[in-house]
Amino acid sequence: MQDLPDPRSLVNADYADGSIYSNPELYDMEMDRIFMHNWIWVAHRSDLPEPGNFITTFVGPHPVIVSRDRKGDVHVMLNRCRHRGATVCERKSGTGASFVCPYHGWAYGLDGALRGVPYQEGYSGQLDKKKYPLVSLRVEEYNGLIFATFDKSIMSLDAWLGRAKPWIDLFMKQGAGWPVKTMGEHKFTFPGNWKIQLENTTDAYHFPIVHKSFLDSVDEETQNTFDFVGGKGFVEDLGHGHSVMVMIPELVDLDENLDAAIPERFLELAEELSKDYPPEKVRQIVRAVGGTGFNLNLFPNLACSMAFFRVLRPLSVNETEIRHIAIGMDGGPESANEARLRLHEHFQGPMGFGTPDDAEAWDRVQRGSLAGRDIAILLNRGLGHEAKREDGNLFSDVSAETGMRAAYRQWLAAMTDEMAAAETGV
Amino acid sequence: MTITLNEAIELITLEADMLDHSEFREWLKLYTADSLYAVPIDPDAKVEDLGKILNYAYDNAEMREKRVERLLGGRSISAAPPARTVRLLSRYRMLETGTESCTLRCAQLLTELRQGRERYYAADVTFRLKRTEDGLRINQKIVRLLTSTEALTAVSYIL
Ligand code: FES
Ligand SMILES: [Fe+2]
Repeated sequence: MQDLPDPRSLVNADYADGSIYSNPELYDMEMDRIFMHNWIWVAHRSDLPEPGNFITTFVGPHPVIVSRDRKGDVHVMLNRCRHRGATVCERKSGTGASFVCPYHGWAYGLDGALRGVPYQEGYSGQLDKKKYPLVSLRVEEYNGLIFATFDKSIMSLDAWLGRAKPWIDLFMKQGAGWPVKTMGEHKFTFPGNWKIQLENTTDAYHFPIVHKSFLDSVDEETQNTFDFVGGKGFVEDLGHGHSVMVMIPELVDLDENLDAAIPERFLELAEELSKDYPPEKVRQIVRAVGGTGFNLNLFPNLACSMAFFRVLRPLSVNETEIRHIAIGMDGGPESANEARLRLHEHFQGPMGFGTPDDAEAWDRVQRGSLAGRDIAILLNRGLGHEAKREDGNLFSDVSAETGMRAAYRQWLAAMTDEMAAAETGV
Repeated sequence: MTITLNEAIELITLEADMLDHSEFREWLKLYTADSLYAVPIDPDAKVEDLGKILNYAYDNAEMREKRVERLLGGRSISAAPPARTVRLLSRYRMLETGTESCTLRCAQLLTELRQGRERYYAADVTFRLKRTEDGLRINQKIVRLLTSTEALTAVSYIL
């Protein structure tokens, strides 16, 4: 057996070795130790609202089905027939009562139970169907976010999310009183390692540089709102690799500051909404349409990012798929949801005014970091004035690399199986 | 006079040539003021429903102008320098035509080169063209990518 790379020699408190983006053996270790032993986000509740609904997705490299059974329970099952391994479902989403393998017709229920085997007499009584359900993962849900894991022994999702939970609750306020629902997604790949994207979610530093052309395309008021580097925002380490970057402090709690003036770009929408809603509700909806003022990074694959979900999926050591999932108000005003979609299209996705520039920067990191040997990737920005809150959370200014340090601390803990090391200050 | 296939092809070929040769400001003038340029995700969505769902692009005149400024401004790292593109249009079919407007569908195969990487996008493109005082103009261009529901890569140009 070959020697595995030693993660300890590659990642330190405030720098990492460039090879973490390109070492294929390290990548294989990550797929095992991180993607099979942590909670991985798989779906939002609204993706499968009704019994019988299902979607197909991935946990790391493993294809899975997420389904809601007749009783309303959610199951996450490997998309792999127990006979000889074919996928049993290739639809991205749908509604049904069973999954029938196309190869020899084994049929599974929404809960994965093996229900039917054609020509079963060929097994002369030796096939116990109870022993061959689709392989189930552990599933838990928090505030509409559904996570799964292969690991039956890790802590509960509730404990894992821990200090990130209040931020999830704040994020969901952009339902403006209605439940949050997903409204389609932009999906794209970039030729680089998944951790480059993970870092980016709490990287305010790049915003005024990389997103110049986006800022050129919005009005002055919006430009000022996005002029947050050097402002009063902060990045905070929430433990377990999670972190939050608050860019626009006034937009942390969308139910507050409801008497603040409506930004000019939303005046038309506000007027439209005034026909159906009282002034207070109009303000709440309009504030929700603009999204929150923070990015919440949930290690390793989900971000609740201002106004959308960002989901990453490693495809190989140097290729990553990103989904930017639009969200809206389930049952809320159509005009407000349409406004959200137009905002999403403006920045996000392969033809947005923001995403292609991000992707270009990440692509450059992947290629540049191949140059030379033993050259550090710096993660020390904001360390000099980093401090600890009463609850133990480390925090620093908005453009600090505190969130990346948090993620790499968890990365190292998972890769070396020292989960306790990921706890900060508590 | 009824708009002929040849007239229509002349306009959309001109458009393709302008886009491949970065004549974006001129390109804007090929469109009517109330026109729509859209790149949908949902292959089955009707044009009139696109506003209610997520697309890759759903541009009115104002957004198209912003898109052009972004491509020419030199301030977008994914478009400085921009990708070079060569697009071929073919398989034209006039779906309906009259004296004032027509609807034409064709195939587009676009090859992109950027950072030493060649990429391809095939699409069905449907145009609605309108006769105006200044001649035939584009009133609607809907680019339905063959891979619209798959993962794309950054498209920092105009399809
Ligand atoms: S592989 Fe599924 S039934 Fe044989
Ligand atoms: Fe960015």
